[in-house]
Amino acid sequence: MSADTDSTPHVTGLDHTTVTGWGRTAPSGARLIRPRTYEEAAAAVRDCGARGGIPRGLGRAYGDAAQNAGGAVLDMTGLDRVHAIDADGGIVLCDAGVSLHRLMEVLLPLGWFVPVTPGTRYVTVGGAIGADIHGKNHHVSGSFSRHVLSLELLTADGEIRTLVPGTPLFDATAGGMGLTGVILTATIRLQPVETAMMSVDTERVADLDDLMARLAATDHRYRYSVAWIDLLARGAATGRAVLTRGDHAPLDALPARARRDPLSFRTLRLPSAPAVLPEGLLSRTTVGLFNELWYRKAPRARSGQLQRISAFFHPLDGVPHWNRVYGRGGFVQYQFVVGHGQEDTLRRVVRRISGRRCPSFLAVLKRFGESDPGWLSFPVPGWTLALDIPAGLPGLGAFLDELDEEVAAADGRVYLAKDARLRPELLAAMYPRLDDFRALRAELDPRGVFVSDLARRLDL
Amino acid sequence: MKDAFGLPQSLLVLGGTSEIALATARRLIARRTRTVWLAGRPSPALEEAAGQLRGLGADVHTVAFDALDPTSHEAVLGKVFAEGDVDMVLLAFGLLGDQARDERDPQAAVRVAQTNYTGAVSAGLVCARSLQAQGHGSLVVLSSVAGERARRANFIYGSSKAGLDAFAQGLGDALHGTGVHVMVVRPGFVRTRMTAGLPESPLATTPEAVAAAVELGLRRRSETVWVPGALRVVMSALRHLPRAVFRRLPV
Repeated sequence: MSADTDSTPHVTGLDHTTVTGWGRTAPSGARLIRPRTYEEAAAAVRDCGARGGIPRGLGRAYGDAAQNAGGAVLDMTGLDRVHAIDADGGIVLCDAGVSLHRLMEVLLPLGWFVPVTPGTRYVTVGGAIGADIHGKNHHVSGSFSRHVLSLELLTADGEIRTLVPGTPLFDATAGGMGLTGVILTATIRLQPVETAMMSVDTERVADLDDLMARLAATDHRYRYSVAWIDLLARGAATGRAVLTRGDHAPLDALPARARRDPLSFRTLRLPSAPAVLPEGLLSRTTVGLFNELWYRKAPRARSGQLQRISAFFHPLDGVPHWNRVYGRGGFVQYQFVVGHGQEDTLRRVVRRISGRRCPSFLAVLKRFGESDPGWLSFPVPGWTLALDIPAGLPGLGAFLDELDEEVAAADGRVYLAKDARLRPELLAAMYPRLDDFRALRAELDPRGVFVSDLARRLDL
Repeated sequence: MKDAFGLPQSLLVLGGTSEIALATARRLIARRTRTVWLAGRPSPALEEAAGQLRGLGADVHTVAFDALDPTSHEAVLGKVFAEGDVDMVLLAFGLLGDQARDERDPQAAVRVAQTNYTGAVSAGLVCARSLQAQGHGSLVVLSSVAGERARRANFIYGSSKAGLDAFAQGLGDALHGTGVHVMVVRPGFVRTRMTAGLPESPLATTPEAVAAAVELGLRRRSETVWVPGALRVVMSALRHLPRAVFRRLPV
């Protein structure tokens, strides 16, 4: 929490703390409560007052999803017990405040891995369900909630309900951004692994069309697939990329020495990014150089390279507080998806971004599999592009609004867990089940106990 | 709620006929603002301003508000905040006065001071409390370079803006860490009705330029904004001139 919150005494008498998302934009003041028991969580929900409450995990949502101006923010990381592991069947029951990092530490030595991991392991199980996160294996495994066998939800009336997939409340909660209630525990089906290493194939790809062709043709051969894409490259090189795909390495792929301890989970932690960094560190020049190097250093084609789990899935987790490199002004992440058949929209958007020279060094393109059942779940079968942009870039707001129009016109959508700036009018077009979601909330939570800055801004 | 770029969805203008405020409102309506409250003394001009903003697609309400009647502020502004969150308050009312006349007529001078300073203290504190309770929002205060160092030619107005400026800075510090952002805007000579007929100062600017600077300041969460930006350097130099020299300057 320390990364994104700032507690300063003030003359006003209200005990508020400033809270932001990972992008460090649009701070708001809220009462931060850290329940240590289910009873404390229930009491916090009961007493959260006129401006309601919202659960928060490790604060990795980029925008304002886990903020609640003037109300209560329930820091769920105090509820962090792993209750039971079925080491034969591959099932874990844990509190919602347990991080995926913790699950990996506990489960890998037993030969199990989380079913879905995003680009950081510092997210909680509750957040993973609330945002219905996806990972590099979405085309094979779907979103996180598809692997949740049941969960316990503390609702606005103070009751604890057990939810199973296929029921309306479960499907509203998966991707529901914490607005249906507070997830207390979840039972999750795991992925068996023989080792803690990944076997990775890397390819350098010259342009966007080549990249899409390769993803469409051969993605099904890999469990994990993602492309880093250089959005500063222009002309014939527009959309050049480094494609990395792979799977958990089998035991016999490891060298003899490593085979003695194949399941040890090793991570690399570099020093934190400094708390204060100058604005404009990430300019077109520096990011352009970085992208050039990144592209050049990648092998033209290499297969079967062994990588640690942390290096393959979570390279940025090695630098704590990496979000500070964007300076005080923060940054926005723009992630959208357009369906198959809308490749022209994707090409147009990529051309517009590279034509505008947005200094974005962390752009990824991924091909999604089937849609997930969550009413507000993000993935649809097709193409998703995610990029980080400094929030201070002149004219960025209007530019992203134009991209939204393109995406909405192609029946695409933007990802709520990343959003900090969508025009509210576009939301219903992007999420056709929004009305069902609103109706369910109106019935389940008539007083509007659960509310967030995101919900206020977009009228969720 | 504000978005990542500090753009408000709802706006309360105190001084609803101010040209700078209306230029700002037009600019914000073109981006994210949907609800606008124009607070000011009831007049055809206020209704006309509301009509113009409605024409841009905003939902506009007018509120009877008198800076010179601080006892009414709590009730009047409380009603606005009771209707829903206010993402941005633009404190834009002010009286330039007529220096020569005001020097002869202390009552007229007091009216300038009461409007620009005590009226703003009252309205500012009332809004600050509501903004703090809602845990977010920007309070944008239109100050003036005239408050940076009082000049012979308009020290009555200048002293009232100096008081307002100091008040707003202190309020910003008091609200630091509450999620509420206070931004002091110091324009130079702005070509408006208020300054019509006055000799133009160097670095003169327009209401539209002030509006653009406000939008930029919201995005950067600035605490102080000079319009144009060069005035920051100019005023820093002027501020340190010895009195005997400053007095003789033709400004």
